[in-house]
Amino acid sequence: MVERRPLLLFIQHAVLIFGAAVFVFPIYLAFIASTHTAREVNSGLPLLPGGQMFDNYATVLGEGLSTAGAPPIGLMLMNSTIMALAITLGKLVISLLSSFAIVYFKFPFRVLAFWTIFITLMLPVEVRILPTYEVVAQLGMLNSYAGLSVPLIASATATFLFRQFFMTVPDELTEAARIDGAGPMKFFRDILVPLSRTNIAALFVILFIYGWNQYLWPLLVTTDESYYTIVMGIQRMVNAGEETPQWHLIMTTAILALVPPVVVILGMQRLFVRGLVEVEK
Amino acid sequence: MSDIRLRNVRKVYPGAAEATIPGLSLDIGAGELCVLVGPSGCGKSTLLRMVAGLEEVTDGEINIAGRQVNDLEPARRDISMVFQNYALYPHMTVHGNMAYGLKNRGMPKAEIAEKVGTAARMLGLADYLDRKPRQLSGGQRQRVAMGRAIVREPAAFLFDEPLSNLDAKLRVKTRVEIRDLQQRLGTTSIYVTHDQQEAMTLADTLVVMNAGRVEQIGPPMEIYARPASLFVAGFIGSPPMNVLAPGTGAALATAAGIERAAGHAVVGVRPEDLRAQPGGPLAVTVRVVERLGATANVHGVLDDGASEVIASLSGTDLPGPGEVMHLGVNPADLHLFDHASGQRLECAGA
Repeated sequence: MVERRPLLLFIQHAVLIFGAAVFVFPIYLAFIASTHTAREVNSGLPLLPGGQMFDNYATVLGEGLSTAGAPPIGLMLMNSTIMALAITLGKLVISLLSSFAIVYFKFPFRVLAFWTIFITLMLPVEVRILPTYEVVAQLGMLNSYAGLSVPLIASATATFLFRQFFMTVPDELTEAARIDGAGPMKFFRDILVPLSRTNIAALFVILFIYGWNQYLWPLLVTTDESYYTIVMGIQRMVNAGEETPQWHLIMTTAILALVPPVVVILGMQRLFVRGLVEVEK
Repeated sequence: MSDIRLRNVRKVYPGAAEATIPGLSLDIGAGELCVLVGPSGCGKSTLLRMVAGLEEVTDGEINIAGRQVNDLEPARRDISMVFQNYALYPHMTVHGNMAYGLKNRGMPKAEIAEKVGTAARMLGLADYLDRKPRQLSGGQRQRVAMGRAIVREPAAFLFDEPLSNLDAKLRVKTRVEIRDLQQRLGTTSIYVTHDQQEAMTLADTLVVMNAGRVEQIGPPMEIYARPASLFVAGFIGSPPMNVLAPGTGAALATAAGIERAAGHAVVGVRPEDLRAQPGGPLAVTVRVVERLGATANVHGVLDDGASEVIASLSGTDLPGPGEVMHLGVNPADLHLFDHASGQRLECAGA
């Protein structure tokens, strides 16, 4: 790799640039489409931005696509954000606490508890969707934020990751905290959670995107438009019945739907990149 | 001022067939530094952890400052502990590490800052209060761990091999610092180590442990001068005491005029008590000479071909490998041990 061979360097860069282009191109197309009028988009998509950008975004954010049977984008974006945040925070809190219990406390059936959690790794929402729906319906949580998020909150993956991390925390640290007069919850709050910061940041990103991308579940539990999420909304715009899909506005919505996950990644990135660079004992 | 008393303290780990500590009593006077020393697995750390409250006491009683602490949480025992790996909180600053215990006790901020400041100055850490542990050297981390222990002004310090992660030079330096600090503060301390040199230099009272039992308790020099058993004789002192089997040792003992030894006693001689003596009772074929500067350790084999002997000699006129050297010893410096039990026989040099 230290050698400087111009041809090799050229090929390497060409491959990398090609790879990047393959990934970026669809997003670029979506952006381009969001800056043109419907007619321009439907008569063969241009490759350069058009002049409709502000109109399109204003339309989508302000009026919504009433014809597509979806509420204004703003509400759907907010619904999605609330759902994704509730799922993410819920998963983090529950998995932090449950792995704390599994690693630091001795109680009957501790191993059984761990394996039960572990086995649920094999049961994503899609597999248990009917019984879960039944439970949520019986509890009267259809068409509510709780119904959107609660069933997705239990997380075996995060519990498992935190368990692995907690087991690497030296016992002496626990003992030092005990001598310093920190009870279990104080130890958890003052020592364990701050030490898990990097893991929390990384999981936050992963879980937020997981929550944001939920499609099937929100589709099932919401019939009230005011609880629609953005991912559902896009889908409904595409299947707009008799009408021609308004691709320019759909793409505008898609670009807007990209923004919150990107913000989360950028915000958290600094935390976990720093965590990975500064190795802590 | 507070003392620590252990009464018939026993420790059996659940599921273990044998007791790790089968019943041990120990009194540590106020302000004393008591060192527990022994090979790994002898129960010294378990004992310390029981005093700290990190291990449950199976049986017996532990008193700190006249208060039975068996069932108290570590934080309520009025002790502080320095761990082998320092166990500093990695995400807190030096100040945060030292202040954490005080904060948990609900001490006002101003008072905490004052106490931490005083301790930091005492330990030369005043310029590092805002650093994180990872930005400090091993010696500095060790001092932060010390600082965390002293700010609480506890009734007792417990040290669990606090120097074993430092390099040799720093270890000697820190050893002196710990001793100095402990003397200035006058806090009763228990110090666990497997390093006999550390044990000798630090202790007011030395407790030599083996397999969960106390082999000998006493001031270090007394243990060095009159080891109670073969185990203690072999463990305390470096290089270790030469131990000569009854047959081999007989020549030495007879030469020294100790009749009793001729039959059944094992004879021990410290390497530093041996001296070159032309025509002396021990004829040693030299194998290796280790020069340490002031002295040299001469390793050799006795003429019976089996017993190895180490002599710590000074001077420059040392034999080379392969040469035969005659060694003698002052009768008062002989140690006799019972062959069967390994216990000291009280007639050596008498």
